[in-house]
Amino acid sequence: MDRRHFLKFAGSVPLAALAPALTAEVAWSATLAGADYRKLLLLIELKGGNDGLNTLVPYANPTYYALRPKIGIPREQVVQLSDSVGLHPSLEPLLPLWKNRELAVLQGVGYPAPNLSHFRSIEIWDTASKSEQYLQDGWLTRAFGAAPTPRSFAADGVIIGSPDLGPLAGGGTRAIALANTEQFLRQARLATTEGQSRNRALAHILKVEADIIQAASHLNANYAFKTEFPQGGFGNAIRTACQIVANEAGVAVVRVTLTGFDTHSGQPGTQTRLLSELAGGVVALKSALEELGKWNDALVLTYAEFGRRPKENLSNGTDHGTASAHFALGGRVAGGLYGEQPSLDRLSGDGNSGFAIDFRSVYATALDRWWGVPSSGLLGGTFTPLPILRA
Amino acid sequence: MRLLTLPMRDAFAFAFIAVAMSLSPVLIPMASASTADLLTYDDARHLLNRAGFGATESEIQRAVGMTRERAARNLLDNARTSPVSAPPAWTAEAGALRYPRRGENATEAEKKMFQQEQIREGLELRGWWVGEMLSTPSPLTERMTLFWHNHFVSSQQKVKLAELMYRQNATLRANALGSFADLLHAIARDPAMVIYLDSAQNRKGSPNENFAREVMELFTLGEGHYTEQDIKEAARAFTGWSLDRQTGQFVFRRFIHDDGEKTVLGRTGKLDGDQVLDILLGEPATAEFVTRKLWREFVSPDPDETAIRRIAQRFRDSRYDIKVALYAIFTSDAFYASENRGVLVKSPIDLVVGTLRQFDMKPGEATPFAVAAAGMGQNLFAPPNVKGWPGQETWINASTLLARKQFLERLFRGDETSSRMLADANAQGTLTANAGTMGALPRQAIQAQGALDPEKARQIRFMRAMERGVSSVQFESGLWLTQFDASRGTRSRSGAASRLLLATAPQSVPDASSEPLALVRALVLDAAYQLK
Repeated sequence: MDRRHFLKFAGSVPLAALAPALTAEVAWSATLAGADYRKLLLLIELKGGNDGLNTLVPYANPTYYALRPKIGIPREQVVQLSDSVGLHPSLEPLLPLWKNRELAVLQGVGYPAPNLSHFRSIEIWDTASKSEQYLQDGWLTRAFGAAPTPRSFAADGVIIGSPDLGPLAGGGTRAIALANTEQFLRQARLATTEGQSRNRALAHILKVEADIIQAASHLNANYAFKTEFPQGGFGNAIRTACQIVANEAGVAVVRVTLTGFDTHSGQPGTQTRLLSELAGGVVALKSALEELGKWNDALVLTYAEFGRRPKENLSNGTDHGTASAHFALGGRVAGGLYGEQPSLDRLSGDGNSGFAIDFRSVYATALDRWWGVPSSGLLGGTFTPLPILRA
Repeated sequence: MRLLTLPMRDAFAFAFIAVAMSLSPVLIPMASASTADLLTYDDARHLLNRAGFGATESEIQRAVGMTRERAARNLLDNARTSPVSAPPAWTAEAGALRYPRRGENATEAEKKMFQQEQIREGLELRGWWVGEMLSTPSPLTERMTLFWHNHFVSSQQKVKLAELMYRQNATLRANALGSFADLLHAIARDPAMVIYLDSAQNRKGSPNENFAREVMELFTLGEGHYTEQDIKEAARAFTGWSLDRQTGQFVFRRFIHDDGEKTVLGRTGKLDGDQVLDILLGEPATAEFVTRKLWREFVSPDPDETAIRRIAQRFRDSRYDIKVALYAIFTSDAFYASENRGVLVKSPIDLVVGTLRQFDMKPGEATPFAVAAAGMGQNLFAPPNVKGWPGQETWINASTLLARKQFLERLFRGDETSSRMLADANAQGTLTANAGTMGALPRQAIQAQGALDPEKARQIRFMRAMERGVSSVQFESGLWLTQFDASRGTRSRSGAASRLLLATAPQSVPDASSEPLALVRALVLDAAYQLK
């Protein structure tokens, strides 16, 4: 059995069903020979549903301006990436990354039978479920279940600045949620008990306590960066993310959240501010990761529950929509445009667009191509990875 | 396939009466109790903590020595169907619902005002319910109301109107220990549910299947006992079940009801919604599905299928008398089995309400404790999705476990006034209250926009709530420990306290010579305290 088959096998069969000795071996081979969790995945959630059409603007399309007479981004302000699309002016700081071919723009990321509720749609994204399917575990929880991270890691993942564990929710995963490292270390002193139990519930609690103790003993905020991080919540979150990545003990994934994208009214001002926070944060992130020599080992992905309705509403805003534009960045990203801009001439009955890239293909890219964890069996179907990574 | 000739409800009522007459002694204890059945201290503690919230030492002592049957009867016979505390004043306001003018006609200011009003009322409602849980003499009523809230899920996130959430809560409570059949019929036309599962959008010719799907998958049969075709047909039967936007009352809109022939689970007829519900109630799978869920709530995470079938049979035969099912559970050997002690994870409400009740703490206001429970992952009136809180081990992750321990540590810190947490909170930014996002806990407005990320804001909210709540309760650890002196026999005080507070052995046995407060703190911070 070659390694890929072996891992596929490990991913599709519950490990408990295998003999204990074999289980350990599978886990061992998956971490050491297979999954390369030294490569960092950094997720940026654009919470509330960022408006993709004003993020990646189809400035050459008259339908766009017809749909958005008031909030459309004027052609002359668009940071042009091609003869048809360009970035919101707030994202201009990303232009050097684009020119350096380290920024991939994923157009029309969505899924079939889209749900327009914030809560339900982010759950679909976080669990990589079908639209009608309710799953409990996050997609990364399933991945770490199939191919565990090395035991020496501080944690599987660290969630910064959001109470919900999102893609790390559910059983078994070593996920730590914190607002900043120092505060976490202070709280972590309340976790004191380690141990085992045959009582399943107690065993789970003891394991979580042990996870907290492990993370607290491996994490600190001591690295002195030369990079200057932007002021404000998102800049702080990026700084915390970089401090965590700077620790000797690894974490496979870090998620930060930028919130406030639910722009039903007064969108232009709000989105301008949020996207410039995003751009400033990403630029600092690249600089800090380069300081650490980790930019080539980092893949940054943005995501959100949905995009927004192509037609503007009467409050200078947009209502809940479907597919949206997202970004992939990193030293090994093959920059460029991927997918296609949603057609504005063929909108659905509720005025929303179709999608070009299934979000699970983005996840498959991270699993198969970035970490080397076979995604089949983890995403509820076979999804083709995107060719956005250089060898 | 069977054609329906009798109106369904009459046919069922007839069948139920017949069955009830033949099986009337279900509630009467069959055999006289042997001494083995008399409740020990641990048995009494187990029953009262599972059926209520954090029983006190004296409540437990009163139940010691009862038969299982008598103790179960006591709980069930004395259960209330209405709250003891007065609900928020706005629930009594007569007249039309204060809807905003619909959609695009409303001005920004109107929308914002409406939103803020609903957030404020939603918070009051949470505080009122937690207050009721704290003060009710009938904790089983509140536990079952919460159980049904997590079964017939609606969330203020979508329903928006706090008033409708209150009315649904009252319906759940009134039927919490009544008939599941009546409750199902009532909830199907409950205005909050009509909004939450889109019944109001379900019209002849363009059916919305949301309610039809969930009523089968989550409320009655469970997955695997129906087909997609059953859902489509049932959805047609529920067309026209709608809401009067002025009064917020259920209305049946005949002109958008599809009165054609439908076939649901093999029964064909010009079925209406009530008839479909009766078809679902006629299926053994429904009684088993609900019994299994009761088992997970009260007994263990692993239902015993033989026992489930037996209890479900009695449950269905009694026209779904919830007391019959609970009586069977509370008198079963499985309920008292040693392997089922301490195997359930306390929900945040269990932890917060149970702790306050167990230590006989009487907070000045309950709202901060509702906020504290929300900070641990259980925001009342806002379950995460239609499946409800998944519960058990999913309650505990690194973030929620630390929130639980922070809460407990703060509660038992004694009179140290310099609070590190509040200092933390103040150091991290200035918050103002009472603005936020619909339905969620009020996400306080942040003065300098973007200065705080949501996790910090949440933590600060959580800490503030705790400070506000904790500062209003009095607790004298030394005095509290003296209550054990009369009954502890040869036990040490710490042994007696441990026996009251922990459902299973502590992970680290506290030093018997500890100061009273240190002793209590060690016990509540033990991992075993998270279990019931």
